[in-house]
Amino acid sequence: MTPLLEIADLHVRIGSSHILQGIGFAVPATGVTAVLGRNGAGKTTTLKAVLGIVPKTGSVRLDGEEIGALPTHAIVRRGLGYAPEDRGIFAGLTVTENLRLAERGRGPHRYDLVYEMFPELKQRGAQRAGTLSGGQQQMVAIGRTLLNDNRMLLVDEPTKGLAPKIVTEVADVLERAAREVPILLVEQNLALVRRIADHVVVIEQGTVVHTGEAASLLSDPDLTRELLGVA
Amino acid sequence: MSNIVLLALTGLGLGALYFLIASGLSLIFGLADVLNFAHGLFLAVGAYGTWWSSTHLGFPFVPAVMFGVVAGTVTAVLVETLLIRPLYRRTIEQVLVTVGLSLAGVALLQAAFGADPLTFPRPEWATGTTRILGAIVPNDRFLLIGAAVVVLVAIQVFLRRTRFGLIVRAGVEDRTMVTALGINVRTAFTLVFAIGGAAAALAGALAGVYFGNVSPGQGTSLLIFAFIVVVIGGMGSVTGSAIAAVLVGLVQQFTSFYAAAGVGEASVVLLLAVVLLARPGGLAGRAA
Ligand SMILES: Nc1ncnc2c1ncn2[C@@H]1O[C@H](COP(=O)(O)OP(=O)(O)OP(=O)(O)O)[C@@H](O)[C@H]1O
Ligand SMILES: [Mg+2]
Repeated sequence: MTPLLEIADLHVRIGSSHILQGIGFAVPATGVTAVLGRNGAGKTTTLKAVLGIVPKTGSVRLDGEEIGALPTHAIVRRGLGYAPEDRGIFAGLTVTENLRLAERGRGPHRYDLVYEMFPELKQRGAQRAGTLSGGQQQMVAIGRTLLNDNRMLLVDEPTKGLAPKIVTEVADVLERAAREVPILLVEQNLALVRRIADHVVVIEQGTVVHTGEAASLLSDPDLTRELLGVA
Repeated sequence: MSNIVLLALTGLGLGALYFLIASGLSLIFGLADVLNFAHGLFLAVGAYGTWWSSTHLGFPFVPAVMFGVVAGTVTAVLVETLLIRPLYRRTIEQVLVTVGLSLAGVALLQAAFGADPLTFPRPEWATGTTRILGAIVPNDRFLLIGAAVVVLVAIQVFLRRTRFGLIVRAGVEDRTMVTALGINVRTAFTLVFAIGGAAAALAGALAGVYFGNVSPGQGTSLLIFAFIVVVIGGMGSVTGSAIAAVLVGLVQQFTSFYAAAGVGEASVVLLLAVVLLARPGGLAGRAA
């Protein structure tokens, strides 16, 4: 099967630091691909580089098309949904406005799906997003990616700082979404990775040190410890 | 009492001019991070466009103002697309270009129309007065205030009810995230310049009515006060600009009448300092 996203020789330099040093991996067209790695390894920067949010060199191909030189908005319009690490919520806008802003093209926009997964977002439609809890903000962030008919979702640490009950809720949603659209997921919660990820990419100091099946990495405690510093 | 009424309405009229200039400055800064000193040029184009179409084309007042506003809007769009767009993220160059444009604009206007003030076309009714609570108030104050209210409402409707308005409000908060939703935020930059240019050009025309004449340097002091209004109101907030414009206009009028001319300007600067100490982000900005 040809991969959906192919990244090759990706370099990111910000100021004098060489943050990504030739990242390369492929994301299959189905399932969840988890990007793992210690704090500061370059996971977030990798997603940002794919989206053209940080300046980079190297190649990014989506379904065979080179998108590396396009501006961010054009890359996203190729069919990418992004839920960033800081959630990227517009605090002064209402929940409904946050969702409306994310509508791309003519649609149809899948509000039925979003409100079914996150009924709270419908109830709180008129509330300013800045006054939502962290979990609710994450729902807005993920909801925005589900609104459009995306070819792939890029989701950065969606469960960071959330209460266990909400972590489960978010995991359920991602698992369900992944049946329709492949997800590139940055996640530190290994239990969650074990549950929903099919493939893994491990990044260390701006390079890829491991790729493979999620199950085979996580069932090998020695390798997991070596790569991630945890068991 | 009659003094108070006259001062209040004159202060509000002046505040109306400040608001018309400041609203665009504030949106442009809030969305695009551009300190647009070329705003004075848009103002001058509006004023001279109105004057020129009235004296040379024989336009009646309202069409002449519309001509000036269109000329100011076109100028703003050209300035944004040709000069500022290539320099986004290069703050110092931007400031140099916009300041240079402002100076060059004044010099060009001077070369074309002379340095002396030119008598500005005014409709009959704007030169009359109205008695309110014993005060004899020049009618142009009502024109200024009315125009600013209409523009305020129009900008609010645009910001709250249209998709582009939604993009502008979101972009003021987090421009990168707007582009990460697949939106070309540069289009909104151009639009904000167009809106700012139109409002500033209208201010230019109305300043001509208020002062009775137009001269190349007229926009400069208005622009300085408008920048103060933007900072007091909070960068990026149109409502903040409106409130600050009223405050500045009133403070300036009352203090220069009851203290001395010149104290008005000083007290505006004092107001600026007080607001910034209490709320560094301005009235509508995030409280620090
Ligand atoms: N704008 C920036 N300027 C300078 N250095 C940066 C910038 N952004 C990230 N870095 C550095 O690049 C490295 C990678 O950062 P990145 O955010 O991609 O890591 P991460 O793997 O997502 O970490 P975390 O697990 O903490 O989210 C870090 O050392 C970080 O300090
Ligand atoms: Mg990160």
